[in-house]
Order: sequence, then C-alpha cells, then structure tokens
Amino acid sequence: MSDMAAHDAHAHPQGFAHQFEDAVQQKEAGTLGMWAFLVTEILFFGGMFTAYIVYRSLHLGGFIIGSHLLEVKFGATNTAVLICSSLTMALAIRSAQTGKSRGAIISWLILTMILGATFLVVKFTCEWYPDYLNHIVPGSYFGFEYRPEWGAHAPYVQMFMCFYFFMTGLHALHMVVGLGILTVLVIMTARNKFSSEYYTPLEISGLYWHFVDIVWIFLFPLLYLIGGRYPGS
Amino acid sequence: MSEHPEQGGHGHVVPVGVYIAVFLALMCLTALTTGVAYIDLGQWNTVAALTIAVAKMLLVVLFFMHVKYAHGLTKIVIIAGFFWLGIMITLSLSDELTRGWEINPAGWTGLIPFLHHLF
Repeated sequence: MSDMAAHDAHAHPQGFAHQFEDAVQQKEAGTLGMWAFLVTEILFFGGMFTAYIVYRSLHLGGFIIGSHLLEVKFGATNTAVLICSSLTMALAIRSAQTGKSRGAIISWLILTMILGATFLVVKFTCEWYPDYLNHIVPGSYFGFEYRPEWGAHAPYVQMFMCFYFFMTGLHALHMVVGLGILTVLVIMTARNKFSSEYYTPLEISGLYWHFVDIVWIFLFPLLYLIGGRYPGS
Repeated sequence: MSEHPEQGGHGHVVPVGVYIAVFLALMCLTALTTGVAYIDLGQWNTVAALTIAVAKMLLVVLFFMHVKYAHGLTKIVIIAGFFWLGIMITLSLSDELTRGWEINPAGWTGLIPFLHHLF
C-alpha cells in the first residue's frame, strides 16, 4: 500500500492534489471535511427536532390528533423507498471501488435517482396535495371550522402541521439537492473521472445521501407514529 | 474473512452480503416500528419507536456510511456532533420540564430555621 502510494505521488494519478502526502490522506481529509459539514446539518435539523420535542411535551393532545391526520402507509412506503436508495447508492460507490465499468456505476446512480424521485412524487401527490385539499395545511384555509371535534386542541394541531411541513419540506429540499448532486456524479462518471484509485466525490456524496435517509428514519416515527396508532390512541 | 478480498486502490470495500444484510435489517426494523405503533404499550410506544430509529441510524452510519472503517479522527468529529445535539436537547428540556416545579412556598426565608440549626 505504501509502495503504491509513493508511486502515485510521483505519477500524479487521476484526482490527486499536490498538497496531500498521498491518496489515502487525501481521501481521509475529504471524508473528514464532509463529516464536518454533516455535523452542521445534524445541528441544523437538530434545532427543529429540539423544538418539536419541547412543543410535543407541552401540547401532546394536539400533536397526537395532528399525527393521526397523516397516512402511515405513505410514510412507511417512503421509508422503504429511501432505504432502497441508500442500498443502491452504497452499491454505486462499491462499483467504483472495485473498478467496475462506468455503465455499472451510472446504472446504480440512476436507480438511486429514480428511487429519490419516487420519494418526492409520493410526498407531493399522495400527501401534500391531499393535505392541502383536506384543509390541514397551516394558514388561512386551515380546518378550524371543519373540525369542531378538535376543540381547544385546534391551535396545537396546526402547530403540529407547521412542524410537519417545515421538517418534511426541509427534508424534501435536501432530497432535491441530492438529486442535483447525483446528476453531477452521473456526468462525472460518464466523463471517466472516477476509478478504483479515486472516487472521493462518489464517497462523500454518498455520505450526504445516507444522512438525508437518516433524517427521514427519525421523521417517520416522530411525525407518523407518535402517540401510537392502536384503537383508542 | 481475509483482509480486503477485493481491495481496489484505498478504502475498505464492504462485501455485498454485508450491504444486503444491513438493507434487510433496515427493512425489518421499518416493518417492526410501524407494527409496534398499532399495539398499545402506553409510554413505551415512544421509547420503542426511538430505540428502533437509533438502531437504524447506527446501521446506516456504521455500514452504508463506512464509519466502522473510518479514521479515528472522523469518528471523534461525528461523536462530538451528536454530543452537541445532546447538549442542545438536554439543556432545552432541563429548562422546559422544570418550569412547573414548586418553589419553596416560604421562599428562601424558609431556610432560616434550618440554618440556625446548623450553626
């Protein structure tokens, strides 16, 4: 390994930047830098999760009514879709690591994009648009007068829906950015930018994609399953 | 398993079998967390949901994100990130959850007999 790295340093292989000792150090620096960014993302989403936890503890009744307005089947389907997309992303990176053809890498990347787009289509057409029609989008059309059974909980049902739309909206925005990153990766792969020696852009974009998956792994139970779904809950 | 059976360049190559196993575990845990929500466990519903979510997160972080095979410095940065998230949540809750606590109805002067007893 060290022989190869020493050889690489002289040969200036694909993607190698001169300021690094060797390709291994370069890859570790890239990974560390991406994680530094992801830590800021953890705290960015963490602010919303903290606000959610605090207001849920204050207004549990309204939050449970709000949670029951969401369809578990769509949330669970989208969780499965994102887990599939994480697998295909991991396999795309593995194809590059093991020196598979450009076609193999691009196929896995495009499959990942299709799954990411599926998530967004389900979110928009099966959830957000019907939510709008059902008057559960916060704002002047929110269903206070249509849902007298909410009673005093109504303002906190609306608060829950604010959390729901901000958190899933921010998550969906990250998905859209992820699709843009994947498009760039497909172009870079097609231009032969990656090899088993150099695939750091694939690796750190994968970190981003998996991070967005993890955010959803927490959003699904917190938004859809809170307070339980059993009869009488 | 022998070291790096398919070592290409640098970086740990995770066997496809591990990825498939992690994927199946994540799918099973998703089914489990959905199913558990339909069973009345009282307070434990939330505990179960969050425990399963943390387990899923660890699977994704360790295997899909290759943190199991990462440099120690990267691991420290990640742990520090979650530690800071913990600080944010804990301190926010320590404020919010203790606001209803009863203050000694007699105020601090209620401590005077106790202080006389001490000295």
